[in-house]
Amino acid sequence: MERVLEVKNIEKYYGNKSNLTKAIDNISFNIEKGEFVGIMGASGSGKTTLLNCISTIDRVTAGKIIINNQDITKLKGNQLNKFRREELGFIFQDFNLLDTLTAFENIALALTIQRVKPKQIEERVNEIAKKLDITDILNKYPYQISGGQKQRVASARAIITNPKLILADEPTGALDSKSARQLLESFEDLNKKLNATILMVTHDSFTASYANRILFIKDGKIFNELVKGEDTRKQFFEKIIEVQTLLGGELGDVI
Amino acid sequence: MLFKLALKNMRKTIKDFAIYFLTLVLGVAIFYMFNSLDSQEAMFQVSNSTREMIKLMITMLGFVSVFVAIILGLLIVYANNFLINRRKKEFGTYMLLGMGKGQISRILLFETILVGLISLIVGLIIGIFASQFMSILVGKLFAADMSKFEFVFSKDACIKTCIYFAVMYVAVMIFNTFTISRYKLINLLNASKKNEQIKIKNLWVCIIVFILGAVMLGYAYYKVTGGISELSTEEKMIPIILIGIVSTILIFWSVSGFILKLVQLKKNIYFKDVNMFVLRQLHNKINTTVVSMSVICLMLFMTITILSSSLSLNNTMRRDLEKMTPVDLNLYKTANLPETEKFSKAQIEDSKKTMIQTLEENGFDMNKLKDVIEIPIYATNELTWRDTLKPVFEEIQAQNPTLLYDTAEEIVKVSDYNKIAKLYGEKEYSLNDDEYIILCNFDNMTSIRNKAIKAGSTINIKGKEYKSKYDECQEGYIEMAASKINTGIILVPDSCDLTEDMKEEAFLAANYNANTKEEKEEIEKIFTGENNSEFYNNLEEKDISIDGMTKISLIESSSGVATIVLFISIYLGIIFLIASSAILALKQLTESSDNKQRYTILRKIGADEKMINGALFKQIGIFFLMPLILAIIHSIFGIQFVMTMMSVLADAKELLPSVIATVIILGVVYGAYFLATYLGSKNIIKEEE
Repeated sequence: MERVLEVKNIEKYYGNKSNLTKAIDNISFNIEKGEFVGIMGASGSGKTTLLNCISTIDRVTAGKIIINNQDITKLKGNQLNKFRREELGFIFQDFNLLDTLTAFENIALALTIQRVKPKQIEERVNEIAKKLDITDILNKYPYQISGGQKQRVASARAIITNPKLILADEPTGALDSKSARQLLESFEDLNKKLNATILMVTHDSFTASYANRILFIKDGKIFNELVKGEDTRKQFFEKIIEVQTLLGGELGDVI
Repeated sequence: MLFKLALKNMRKTIKDFAIYFLTLVLGVAIFYMFNSLDSQEAMFQVSNSTREMIKLMITMLGFVSVFVAIILGLLIVYANNFLINRRKKEFGTYMLLGMGKGQISRILLFETILVGLISLIVGLIIGIFASQFMSILVGKLFAADMSKFEFVFSKDACIKTCIYFAVMYVAVMIFNTFTISRYKLINLLNASKKNEQIKIKNLWVCIIVFILGAVMLGYAYYKVTGGISELSTEEKMIPIILIGIVSTILIFWSVSGFILKLVQLKKNIYFKDVNMFVLRQLHNKINTTVVSMSVICLMLFMTITILSSSLSLNNTMRRDLEKMTPVDLNLYKTANLPETEKFSKAQIEDSKKTMIQTLEENGFDMNKLKDVIEIPIYATNELTWRDTLKPVFEEIQAQNPTLLYDTAEEIVKVSDYNKIAKLYGEKEYSLNDDEYIILCNFDNMTSIRNKAIKAGSTINIKGKEYKSKYDECQEGYIEMAASKINTGIILVPDSCDLTEDMKEEAFLAANYNANTKEEKEEIEKIFTGENNSEFYNNLEEKDISIDGMTKISLIESSSGVATIVLFISIYLGIIFLIASSAILALKQLTESSDNKQRYTILRKIGADEKMINGALFKQIGIFFLMPLILAIIHSIFGIQFVMTMMSVLADAKELLPSVIATVIILGVVYGAYFLATYLGSKNIIKEEE
């Protein structure tokens, strides 16, 4: 199997000598092609820092991050932009759609930035819209569609460039439970039908239960790892809750 | 403490303040420059009439300054309001920490005083230095002797500038206090989160409106150029100006939609880089800025038209003046004064003499003149305007009730006129025994007279009837003037029975018998009495008055007028330019801070800095260009209209230097604001570290 992401002993420190915070403390893991991985943890656990480092928005203090056989910690300036543009797809909590553009144009923008030929653009947008079931709303503006639809448009934008890795940061954070379920189902589709590799950060157990594998992070370290395997989603969900109780349990010991 | 806070704020937000500050400094500098003209030492090396002109100019500039101050005042209040709005969150935080509105007002007060003082000082320093260059320019335009040039500082102008700007700053302070008192804490804190409702216009409606606007504009353009002859009164102008304004607004309302639709049809442009984003951004933004765009466009239009037409008017006026003053001297005195007690015996006696006789008898050395030609001009109460206009009199009187119809016509024998015409280099005429010609070059009078001639008007002198040789007035004049103001001279054949008692005026035209300008001026002084000449004193003693017009005085006074017009238009033009550029710049900066989120999204989905800055540059560039382009198109027709109105035949070659000068001024000021806006916006949308 092809290895998409390899994180090797990364560390990230904030602050100075007298007051050092280890946001990430020696984390290593791998993601293979076609995996749907969730990262869970409480706020302040370092999960967003981890995602920022992988998405090249932030730099690591030590360690290596290899995406598609390329060590991204060594990239600089425009190389980084190019890399981010071509190898990664992003889905954000607050959608980050441009309100002045129609859904179609929002999706197309990801391609035009990559300087894809105009002829192909229309074709590719329509194709992806069909898969995500948003063909009807392509000519609408973001303010005319629901939150779930917005997030599907955002997903379409993330996937249309055929990225090696899709990074999703709390994708269901701003959705009601019905929309969240629809979105997660479309993630599953992306993952299974298009063989997309997804790395999703969330603190919501239900959202996490759609992943195949979950990494739990606490105080900058990997605390636990759960693999769905042959479990149903329900069984997997219960396992997640168990780990979460364990995670919170330690806090209880303080008393 | 509050003062410290104000100081720190200023230093921190110096980039936001940059445009505000630039505008204030420019305003102060220009205000000082144009008000400091009176104390330019260099000007006192000019003749009396020129000095009068300069005085007149300073008075007029004083009036214009009040108007300019109002424009600048409004601009400063607007700019200040923009800055306050950008800092809502900051004020919210102060209030959250328990600071009262009074204290916030006081912070703003300190800031205003600080900014005001600094800009006043910097502006005055720039103004003082720039005014040195301006006095050189003034001296050149008035042909003054610049040998005595020295560095000038005008205390009056300085005090005036300080007072005017102090008043403006006080207005700003009052306005600020008022604004602050209306704020609510919750709105201040949430100011940045407030979602603006996005209205997307129907693109097809845009296209229809655009076409409508373009057609209306075309109609207005036609009216002021091709159809100009129908525009006889001011009232007829108003609807055309209104159509112009409305169509400008319509075009700005729809242009972005129109362009968007056009580009959307061209897929390989629309889907290239972030063009799509830029166009949508424009389309979205221009909706909220239709009115200000239109105002800016119209102000730019005024700037361009005023500047280039006054510049070329100045040039053509100077050139025309040369043509209108073919000789150095015109003298005329009334002949045949009635023998009443109103006039002295000496006066009556002299009025029977010719001009040459009068000159010689009073001790004028005729060798000082050459090319001397003297002719008599006749007039009789038997032939007044009423008589010459007889066939169409009723109609003309209805249209022009105020004309003095009992004015006697001036009559000249054709051979007499030909002598003058030969000297002036004008066309000579010949007449049969029963013909006459009317010479006239004053436009309104020409058209009135032409009507009468076409209706077959004949004149009657001493019982003999004459008919017009031509079916319209001929161009010509006898007395020199700065513009075409000859209301009519009737040329009659030499055989016409003009008796001695009909002589109305003795007229003399001549050149000075001198080669250099200095020598000519020396001869002229004999007539003006400046050198206490014997001739002048003799006339004074006998109370004999001779009127005259000289080439030197005509050129001095008229070029003075041209220069005044030029100065006032440069003053107004630059102020309009600064005002419109500043509004545009501030508007753009507000937009940029509102759009920060959108640029962040672009960055997040992988657009690199080069692309984002490119998008920003395009966006601001288009915003600056749009009003400019329409203003330029407006001006092309506007300038033509002004030229026709001023009856100046300006060919493209003559206009070109003025247009180039205008473009340079415009380019520098507008360009500076554009650059400041782009850099400011770039800074605003920059990623926070």
